[in-house]
Amino acid sequence: MVVAIIDYGAGNTKSLQFALDRLGVNNLLTSDADRIKNADKVIFPGQGAAGSAMKKLKHYNLDSLIIGLKQPVLGICLGMQLLCEHTEEGDVEGLGIIQGTVKRFTNEVKVPQMGWNSIHELNGPLFQGIENDSHMYLVHSYYVPKLHETVALCNYNGIYSVALQKNNFYGVQFHPEKSSSKGQLLLNNFLNLER
Amino acid sequence: MLTKRIIPCLDIKDGRTVKGVNFVNLRDAGDPVELAAQYASEQADELVFLDISATEQKRKTLADLVLRVAAAIDIPFTVGGGIISVSDVEILLKNGADKVSINSAAVKNPNLIDELANQFGSQCVVVAIDAKQINGQWKVHLVGGKVPTELNLFDWAKEVESRGAGEILFTSMDHDGTKQGFANEALAQLSEEINLPIIASGGAGKVSHFMDTFTYGKADAALAASVFHFGEIGIPELKKELKLQQVAVRLDG
Repeated sequence: MVVAIIDYGAGNTKSLQFALDRLGVNNLLTSDADRIKNADKVIFPGQGAAGSAMKKLKHYNLDSLIIGLKQPVLGICLGMQLLCEHTEEGDVEGLGIIQGTVKRFTNEVKVPQMGWNSIHELNGPLFQGIENDSHMYLVHSYYVPKLHETVALCNYNGIYSVALQKNNFYGVQFHPEKSSSKGQLLLNNFLNLER
Repeated sequence: MLTKRIIPCLDIKDGRTVKGVNFVNLRDAGDPVELAAQYASEQADELVFLDISATEQKRKTLADLVLRVAAAIDIPFTVGGGIISVSDVEILLKNGADKVSINSAAVKNPNLIDELANQFGSQCVVVAIDAKQINGQWKVHLVGGKVPTELNLFDWAKEVESRGAGEILFTSMDHDGTKQGFANEALAQLSEEINLPIIASGGAGKVSHFMDTFTYGKADAALAASVFHFGEIGIPELKKELKLQQVAVRLDG
């Protein structure tokens, strides 16, 4: 099995590569269209600002490529948010795979949310063997509201989506590569998905 | 619920941990990677590596260490100590650090905060502030607390926030090393005036100090070094006690 991590200059991909190494999985960081299309699984990481991330994706022609992928795709953090059609962060259009708008936490809470939060109402194959109330590591200022595609919830300044799934597209707001054993379990579940 | 974080801090010199570490089950207590893995297994929520070496090889040694730490552990970690430029940060993040901490360099060149936030995102920019009280005023100090400035702690914290920092690590020089508890009054004021996560540092001596800084001090995270390194407080025991006292902590599996 080969896992392609989409390379568009997004933040800390080294930790993700190391997490996949620890799981003994062949992985490569690439922006090459053929290598991404031919991978068994694709991970779409993200960190930093939505606007510059979308610009870079378009620059490498990766936006339409991602939308057309047929194998399981996992968006992480900003990668999950960009699966949505729109984000308030810089008023930017996302990939539009999932209908919904990414919103900013209000200043009633500290922004960014930083740290380990518990996750609830876990559904679908990503969360197999992960108990309700498990903690995952999150760092983010924007969030996806509860949607039809929501497969896990979190609470910070209210209930929001901490994981999404639509067809072969999966997204998690937390960083599984930084979420200790539970995060590793989630990554492993993703790797075990049938094509 | 978002949990309060417990953060051991490792002082690093020339790629090795500095302060004596009293862990019976480590083969090499001076190896930061082994110590980091041990803390991760004990459910530390995050780690901070503070490089205090002053050699010319420093940058390369630290970058190599970050790579080895990232390969070994699966919890977030912050790296600080002598970071002065965007290129310093770039290599550390590329090698797997989640966040960097800047201190004196931010005071001398506040634009560095904006540059780092713009280039890498606020989430990875921690500004460390060392301060102590002079005539009842909290004054920011530089170079590990040795050099006083005219900057007021709360004014500086506000500026740091407005320039795009993602988190503040506040060390009270008055409390550091005393083991008499954290600077909870100043911490609570920071939390009221600043809308960023605040890490409390300086003064941890016993379990109740953590309890106090999370409640009275309104801290989001608490950092300590020697109480953890010398095994005076075990992280699992600390977290169990905090949970008993109704503080939200991560205690999985």
